[in-house]
Order: sequence, then C-alpha cells, then structure tokens
Amino acid sequence: MNRNVRIAVFCVAAAGLAALLVASVLDLPAFGHYQGAYGNQLLRETVAERHTTNVVTAIVFDYRGFDTLGEEFILFASVVGVTLLLRAQKDSEDDEHVLRKAPDDMTRSDAVRIGGLVAIPVLFLLGLWVVAFGLVTPGGGFQGGVLLAGAIFVVFLAASFRAYYTLTPTEWVDFAEGAGAAAFALLGLGALLAGASYLHNFLPSGIRGTLESGGSLSFLNWATALEVTAAMLVLFSEFLERYVAPVQRPLA
Amino acid sequence: MSYLPYLLAAWLFLVGLYGIVTSRNLIHLAVCLTVTQSSTYVLLLAIGYRHRGTAPIFYGVPVGSRAVDPVVQALTLTDVVVSVTVIALILALALDVHRRARTVDPDEIAAFEG
Repeated sequence: MNRNVRIAVFCVAAAGLAALLVASVLDLPAFGHYQGAYGNQLLRETVAERHTTNVVTAIVFDYRGFDTLGEEFILFASVVGVTLLLRAQKDSEDDEHVLRKAPDDMTRSDAVRIGGLVAIPVLFLLGLWVVAFGLVTPGGGFQGGVLLAGAIFVVFLAASFRAYYTLTPTEWVDFAEGAGAAAFALLGLGALLAGASYLHNFLPSGIRGTLESGGSLSFLNWATALEVTAAMLVLFSEFLERYVAPVQRPLA
Repeated sequence: MSYLPYLLAAWLFLVGLYGIVTSRNLIHLAVCLTVTQSSTYVLLLAIGYRHRGTAPIFYGVPVGSRAVDPVVQALTLTDVVVSVTVIALILALALDVHRRARTVDPDEIAAFEG
C-alpha cells in the first residue's frame, strides 16, 4: 500500500477510535472517585488474612497468583525467543570462544571505575532489600529482580565485557532462569499436596509486618526475583555478545 | 471532576499508534509500541486513584486508611517488567530482519519480499 494512502486510512480510523475513546472515558467514574468492590475488599482484608502489609505484593503473589504465573511464562517465553533468535546467529555457543574474541574494552576512566565499585554493592544490597521486604514495604520480586540484574550489569560499565561475562556464565544464568520459573509453578503444586487449590497460600501467615509474614507468598516472591534477575542477565548477555563479537555477514 | 488523566491515556495510545503506522525504522517502531503500551498503565493507575488516598501499604499506617486501588497497581507492576522482555524479543526480531534484508525500514522489507 502506498505510504500516503496508509496514513490517510490511519487518520480516518484514528479519528473514529479517538471519538470512541473519549466517549467511553467520559462514562468512567470521575478521576479520584474510584469505586471498585474487589479492590476495596482486598484493602480491608489482606492485612488481617495474610499478615503482609504490602497489599499489592499480596495480590501479585497470592490473590491473583495465577495471573502472575501467566506473566512469568510470558517473560520466560520472550527470553527463550531472544536466545533462540540470537544464539542461532552465532558461530559458536562456547563461552570461552566468546571471551577469546572479545575486544579489550576495559574502562579506563578512574572516576567511572570507582563510581562503579561503590554502586555495585549498594545496588545489589538495595535489590535484595527490595525483594525481601516486598511483603512489608514497597517492593517485591519483580522490582528487586531488575535491581539485582542492574547491579551485576554495572560490572560491564565499570570494568569490562570480559569481567561481566566471566561473572555470569551462560549455563548458570540459563539454569537460574528456568529454575525460577519452575519454582513458581512447583510452589503452586505444593498447595495441591496440602489439599488446597493450585497456587493457594498453604503455609501459615506468620507475624504481621515482618519477613515471616505471607506464608508461601514469600517463596513465590523469591522465585520471581530469581527468574527476573536471570531473565535480565540473559538479555544483557545476548545483546552484548552481538555488540562485542559480531557475526560476519554471509555473502549475498 | 476531571477526566484529564484518562484523556492523557487515550492520547498516548493514539500517538503511539501514529508512530507505528508512520515508522520508517523497526527500532523506532518498537519504541512506539512501548508508548502505546504505556497508555494502558496510565489508564489503569488513573482508574484506581482515589483523592487523598495513600499507597495500599499498611506499614505504619492503620488498616482502613483511605488508600488507592491495589489491584490495578499489581497488574501494572508485573506488566512493566514483563513488557521489557517482550520488547527485547521484538528487538531481536528486528536484528534478524536486518541480517536477512539488510534494512530496518518496514516499507522496504515489504518491497523486498514482493
């Protein structure tokens, strides 16, 4: 289709869509006047029932844990897709081969190196804290997992590709990625063994507002943190490998 | 009475779609897709907002305090992280297209394949 025709068709369709969106938006309860029975009930009962003070985390890993299982596997499938696409284009799967071909990209700036040295432990600790206390204060496995992966990625920025790649061996990170996804699904099966329905919270709720709260919710939280951390590391590694060790183009 | 946050979501959605339709670069197209997707976050969070409500976290705050809706926040936070990996998959596909077709312009790819 001609480019101008396509844009014209889009403009007509977009105008129609915009009219529908505005009409439906004006029918919503006014901003700031939320009235949802489901949310209100969870706000009232979560703390008493699960002893977790962060209601959002309780919803993610408990009340709507089955949704999160789906999200986890979207994440898992995307990461598998990326590795299938990018690894198929490499001439070798071997970590040592990649390291041998990698250029010397050691960071030369002292300021960046020292800054990284300070940032890595602080970010890593922050990540662990965000995961662990995700049941109590703002945080959780998804957010903390990204922070943990970010802390490890700073190794690449402040040191070199070789240092980063040696720190995250492909087989270990791949294993962690699968293990995180599997742990989430298997914890759901644990509920079946305990005689409850799939992904039901089958452990005691513990002490309110502490790390002991939430029952099996906190294990699902850590399984997610492992999966998200590993997923981000796999993605960093796959894209970085192409950047530092590009494959020669086949002759057309 | 204000509908501005909802209208912002609608605007983001349409602007993102416009970017996708007119894009001349697959990387740019992927970024436009994230803009479109972000509109759903704005809409969800706007719907769940309650005037003078706190975060739905009752640590040091008595249970029963006025709080915003936790369900839409849970939906948004999982999707923010998951969408990053999906975008990575799209970018990997763009790399693959570039390797095969030597271009990242969607219009040229259509011509390339006949």
